[in-house]
Amino acid sequence: MNVAVDLAPVVALVGNPNCGKTALYNALTGSRQKVANYPGVTVEKKMGRLSTPAGRPAEVVDLPGTYSLRARSPDEEITRDVVLGKLATERAPDLIVCVADASNLRLALRLALELKQVGRPVLMSLNMMDIAKKRGVEIDMGVLARELGLPVVSSVAVRRGGTDALLAALDKQLDALPAAGAASWRAPDATGLRNAQREADRVLRAAVRNPGHLDPTTARVDKLLLHPAAGLVILLAILFVMFQAVFAWAKPLMNLISDGFTWLGALVGSAPLPEIVRSFLKDGVIAGVGSVIVFLPQIVILFFFILVLEDLGYMARAAFLMDRIMGGAGLHGRAFIPLLSSFACAIPGIMATRVIDDRRDRLTTILVAPLMTCSARIPVYTLIISAFIPDREVWGFVGLQGLVMFGLYAAGITAALAVSFVAKRLFWRTSAGEPFMLEMPDYKIPQLKSLVFGVAQRASAFLRRAGTTILSMMILIWALASFPQAPEGATDPAIDYSFAAKIGHAIGPITQPLGFNWQINVALIPGMAAREVAVGALGTLYAVDGGEEATEKIGQILKGQWPLATALALLAWYVFAPQCASTLAVIRRETGGWGWMAVTFVYMLGLAYIAALLTNQIARAAGAG
Amino acid sequence: MTTIPTIALGAARVGFRGRITALDLTRAPSAGLEPPELERRLLELGFVEGATVELLHQGLFGGDPIAVRVAATTIALRRREAMAVVVTDHP
Repeated sequence: MNVAVDLAPVVALVGNPNCGKTALYNALTGSRQKVANYPGVTVEKKMGRLSTPAGRPAEVVDLPGTYSLRARSPDEEITRDVVLGKLATERAPDLIVCVADASNLRLALRLALELKQVGRPVLMSLNMMDIAKKRGVEIDMGVLARELGLPVVSSVAVRRGGTDALLAALDKQLDALPAAGAASWRAPDATGLRNAQREADRVLRAAVRNPGHLDPTTARVDKLLLHPAAGLVILLAILFVMFQAVFAWAKPLMNLISDGFTWLGALVGSAPLPEIVRSFLKDGVIAGVGSVIVFLPQIVILFFFILVLEDLGYMARAAFLMDRIMGGAGLHGRAFIPLLSSFACAIPGIMATRVIDDRRDRLTTILVAPLMTCSARIPVYTLIISAFIPDREVWGFVGLQGLVMFGLYAAGITAALAVSFVAKRLFWRTSAGEPFMLEMPDYKIPQLKSLVFGVAQRASAFLRRAGTTILSMMILIWALASFPQAPEGATDPAIDYSFAAKIGHAIGPITQPLGFNWQINVALIPGMAAREVAVGALGTLYAVDGGEEATEKIGQILKGQWPLATALALLAWYVFAPQCASTLAVIRRETGGWGWMAVTFVYMLGLAYIAALLTNQIARAAGAG
Repeated sequence: MTTIPTIALGAARVGFRGRITALDLTRAPSAGLEPPELERRLLELGFVEGATVELLHQGLFGGDPIAVRVAATTIALRRREAMAVVVTDHP
């Protein structure tokens, strides 16, 4: 016995994408899970605890889905390194469970043969056995085990008791673990892969009858959903419903959260504390965190939709339908989901780029994601549009205000496509681009439990970030807007005396061609915390009292103070400007360095300046000055 | 010995059914990967000589990408990479 005797053995779950591995992981570990990141990379590390029927504890690791240990993406590299015990921070697995979709065994068998070569104990678990049976797939488990040379059990992750056989097998395996040796595995060449697949096909023929039929439901549904024209129309309809939900359903909850933080702020504001402490708590901490947490309902609803579509098997279809359209702009079909999410908020969008295998495709997507009109721009757009754009109809039925809003969205999308087109040629013209190759899984009914798990994980990841990176950004920005403090007997708003005001005045000559006055310059600084904070800052600068109708009041005042050209230029600025410290922080984290964050910041700032400059100058020339 | 007529999977129409006779990387010069890597990726997704294929769906623009049933799995890929998969509908 060695010193590691009190450490529970590590069981690694490995399998193809869509094999139901995560559902199995959830079934095995229940709520005894924790999510973290592997050091240095952004791949989620999912670990949980289970105890076997005999009372033996084990650590279960859910590894990213893969077809081979020959890794093609950061996610798959993690799978390889963990399986091979190459990560210094992770314990090598004592047992590998190769999870396979029982109705789609062919590629899984090849993976199992590859895992066998690693030299650690491997147990094969045929998951979704119920679906396979229903589909007429007949598997002789004894023959399969004999031909593969591995123990084989079946499991139904989503059913009570569906993991009993697997747990019993784990007990047996963990009882007789061989001493851990060095893992041996060499990346197979084409010949090796070919031979392995032939061997897998031989095993399949020997052990499985009737493996190859296309699921009739999937075939029927795909006739419609993958129809070249109708499929696209349905995709757009799904997106429409999704956005409607993200905006409309989230609204009451967002109001509730924002009211809650306002109340909390007021409570602290009236507490018997020194003025500067009160301001720090109220305007720095509470307002800062509140302005981020207010997006939680949108993030929850968005991820709910994404996970439902993902679990249904529709995401692969969406990527299929969009591939050519996205490909024209140099984007990968899979970039579609992240970019879509970025309409709610670029932060989950950038996080969702993890589904893109190729690093360059992923970077391009991250680069353009902040150009998608996120929901934080809406308060600013709404303020300016309702104040400056007349509420009338054009062409008899289209509201002019709505049309301008649509134009701002369209400008963001067009810019994103154009930037990715340029980036592709500028940064990596050597490659024709990562090929689009992915499996289209059969449609499956999503399981409520796994949806709840998934949404809860995303929500807590978002909240953790709000509590760390974003909070520190907020405090920095609050400090800029609060120090130095106003002198005794000052008549102007306190922010006029701050560093923010000094910066605002200092950059006056630079923004003057855009038609921005110093109040706008100053408002843009707290606006770096979150775009919509600029609205409140403008309110402060023009000395508007807060309250229910504050936004409307600010609009009225702005209308009296700004020429139309300035308002339009500010709209153009907001389409492009990197006005969100949290997004930049997430880019830094996801790309693993300051370089790409700097590239994003500089190019967006450049575009914003040019767009605002052109808008202001053209509008003035047209008499809107 | 007679040679059987073959075509590239990337040039096949929707509804094509047949089997794979070879992977010929020289037929896919515009693919996004170096030939050895493309070959390995295709193999990993089950494109192995002898496997049955059926072209199920294609996209709206230029009939691209395509969804192909390979044995018991459906794989989506672009035609330019599918050019490397040589197929025949000969029995």
